[in-house]
Amino acid sequence: MGANPIPFARFLEEQRLRVLRYLGAAVGPADADDVFQETFLAALRAWPDVVDDGRLDRWILKIASRKAIDHHRRRLRRPVPVAETPDRPVTPEDPMGDPIWASVALLPVAQREAVLCRFALDLPYREIGDLLGITPEAARANVYQGMKKLRERI
Amino acid sequence: MKPEAELLGAAAARATEGADDAVTRFGRRAVEAGLVDVAFSEIESPVGTLVVGVTPRGLVAVEFEDDRLEQLLARFARELSPRVLRSPSATEAARRELGEYFEGRRRSFDLRLDRRLMGSFAKDVLTATARVPYGGVATYGEIAKRIGHPGSARAVGAALGSNPIAIVVPCHRVVGAGGKLTGYAGGLQRKEYLLRLEGGLPF
Repeated sequence: MGANPIPFARFLEEQRLRVLRYLGAAVGPADADDVFQETFLAALRAWPDVVDDGRLDRWILKIASRKAIDHHRRRLRRPVPVAETPDRPVTPEDPMGDPIWASVALLPVAQREAVLCRFALDLPYREIGDLLGITPEAARANVYQGMKKLRERI
Repeated sequence: MKPEAELLGAAAARATEGADDAVTRFGRRAVEAGLVDVAFSEIESPVGTLVVGVTPRGLVAVEFEDDRLEQLLARFARELSPRVLRSPSATEAARRELGEYFEGRRRSFDLRLDRRLMGSFAKDVLTATARVPYGGVATYGEIAKRIGHPGSARAVGAALGSNPIAIVVPCHRVVGAGGKLTGYAGGLQRKEYLLRLEGGLPF
């Protein structure tokens, strides 16, 4: 028997909306469900041996972050038709009509996670720092740098 | 707000609209992948909400919910495995048989049982109890005698009270001397309802 006494059902209930919000912005609403499945299947696989350090929210977000990147890598290897109309008008500089999450995926990991925590989860800098294990100042700087790149679309 | 930030916020909000579907689909995929050690679901019944627990070995729990869901799931996690997940499909056979029982169309259950939540003495008591037929009753003293511990009627009562698989293991069919309705973990009203349903109450 593993060390973890928390029923997975309870953990899923507590974390599902936060993870969906995060993934909605990380990979787009159309693909969020698929990556949600991958994220929680990985979590369930590891669950009996997970030690509750009081930061399981951080743990699941790390998994979601990795699965989102895996998802983008798969997409880059294998071009797929755009599933739905992009939220932004297609411009010449933006020939694929790339939705914003494609640009988010190209950010350095620290900036990407900070940007997603700030605008997908709507967290203040103190909580972003807390969640990512960095100082609030570092969180603010990462969000600032990340958004600057996103505005220029990298 | 900056347009990039707005786009991300809108995408996040839109993803949560599919939350229920995502969770349902996850439940199915987790069961298919063999990652669920304890599947549970709630069933509405004439004696209130029941929580049914099923493992790969069989039916492990039928409990009266009574606002105890969290407690029950915590027990599954502690004593069986923390891979506990709600799954109507994995508990389908138990749901169907219990439904038929409450409609009066089923007198015995065909479900395989997982007895891991029973202590060793309780296992003996409950195995003897499982042989009391539909429509019949036995006394605590009779059960004590049948397991070779005459005089342990009181311990038998305690073991019955700990029955994790209510209804299917019919601890409601065990009554006091002279047919008196005494203790039932789910409350005497439920015991009376179940015995009446089975026609086991002469009064």
